[in-house]
Amino acid sequence: MNNDILSTLQYYFTYPFVRYALIVGLLIALCSSLLGVTLVLKRFSFIGDGLSHVAFGAMAVAAVAGITEKMYIIMPVTVGSAILLLRTGQNTKIKGDAAVAMISVGALAIGYMLMNLFPSSSNISADVCSTLFGSTSILTLKKSDVIVCIIFSIIVILAFLLFYNKIFAVTFDETFSKATGIKTDGYNLLIAIITALIIVLAMNLVGSLLISALIIFPALSAMRLFKSFRSVIICSAIISVWCAGVGIIVSILASTPVGSTIVLADIIMFLIFWVISLFTGRAKA
Amino acid sequence: MNEQIICKNVALGYEDGIVTEGLNFTVSKGDYLCILGENGSGKSTLIKALLGLRPQLSGDITWGSSSRKIGYLPQQTPVQRDFPASVREIVQSGCLSKTGFRPFYNKEEKERAIRCMKRLNIEDLAGRCYRELSGGQQQRVLLARALCATEEMLLLDEPVTGLDPRAQADLYELIAKLNKEGITIIMVSHDVAALSYASHILHIAKKQLFFGKKDDYLNSRTGKAFLETEASENE
Repeated sequence: MNNDILSTLQYYFTYPFVRYALIVGLLIALCSSLLGVTLVLKRFSFIGDGLSHVAFGAMAVAAVAGITEKMYIIMPVTVGSAILLLRTGQNTKIKGDAAVAMISVGALAIGYMLMNLFPSSSNISADVCSTLFGSTSILTLKKSDVIVCIIFSIIVILAFLLFYNKIFAVTFDETFSKATGIKTDGYNLLIAIITALIIVLAMNLVGSLLISALIIFPALSAMRLFKSFRSVIICSAIISVWCAGVGIIVSILASTPVGSTIVLADIIMFLIFWVISLFTGRAKA
Repeated sequence: MNEQIICKNVALGYEDGIVTEGLNFTVSKGDYLCILGENGSGKSTLIKALLGLRPQLSGDITWGSSSRKIGYLPQQTPVQRDFPASVREIVQSGCLSKTGFRPFYNKEEKERAIRCMKRLNIEDLAGRCYRELSGGQQQRVLLARALCATEEMLLLDEPVTGLDPRAQADLYELIAKLNKEGITIIMVSHDVAALSYASHILHIAKKQLFFGKKDDYLNSRTGKAFLETEASENE
């Protein structure tokens, strides 16, 4: 039985697209979990959701306009929206969560409308479905996509490591940081840009509806048990990478959709951590 | 050169109006200034101005020493109460402005954090999780962080809010001890108990009602009126 699974896996891993999917999947899981802790603590859990819908809308526009390299449209639009959402969060008339919700559903509606009005292929619902749930696109990655993903992941990870202490300070107490001369606006901008990068990358993996899961579940699981910021980040990264790996392999073996399988793994992990926290008494209502 | 802050005819507010005006006061080294005022009197706007987060509408705020060096103890936000961070991580973050572009803390900054924790008797909490501490302990942690930022002047925003009477008294004692060690204290409060430690009082409403030594304040009309209303509220 075990040998069967191993040999099936071995067989699949002879295909480059399976290896690409695994590399990309693990990298995206790592990046999203790093930022996830900050976003959850800053009460921006839903920004992933909002931005991914913006990315979906941008992709529809790019498809309608017949642009082949859709990244050129998706990336700047998503980064722009992220900056708008994260920076103006405190002072605008429309409060943070409402602004996210508004942009999120707005972009979703416009994107779907455009795809219907100007269909680029005969099977619209399959197109929409794969963008929303990322069902197939991760298995159709080209080598160039993988390289782009690796480069962006390195940028995200490096930025996070270099500014780790500042990101901590800005997350914990923005006013204090600002008063002691930290350029908080700059770091919020950095967080916004990195978030947007991760979301555009993650669209291929889990699709735009499920990205929030990659961002929030590992962070929430880690926060159940761990007591310092550093351990929460490390634990959340490990959970996220582990779940992505398991999810991808299970989805290959059981022919389930990649995105939902990864998210399911994250949910199970969260439940496990939650139960453990009940016993160790660290859970707070 | 003992003055650390000199405010001359300062008006504060937002684009759509003045919140408080006519502020004239000086803070000298070693002072313990208590800023009193009702809600909406412009206390928090004054804090923002002193921290350099919001420029004044008119008037001058001059800093005696070379640069603005002020440690800040903010009011707690809901985000912080369930924040997963160790005490050490939080206290160290007070040193952050000294690191510049260096990504990590150096030895000197780590030792400074330990020194600040010792000074506030919380070094045994260093590995503990912030959200599991009592309110009084949390305030000490934030105070240690402020000390990491500077040892010249501390600005405390309603530091005893939400603490039980015992923890309030402890915190006041601790602040008084820091003041005796030479740290200038500016405390915003509407608590009468805060007065007993203060050396100077600044009472503001829409405009400045009083600035001067505490004893003068207690004998002034503003001071007597304030104490009477506070006393009647506490009954």
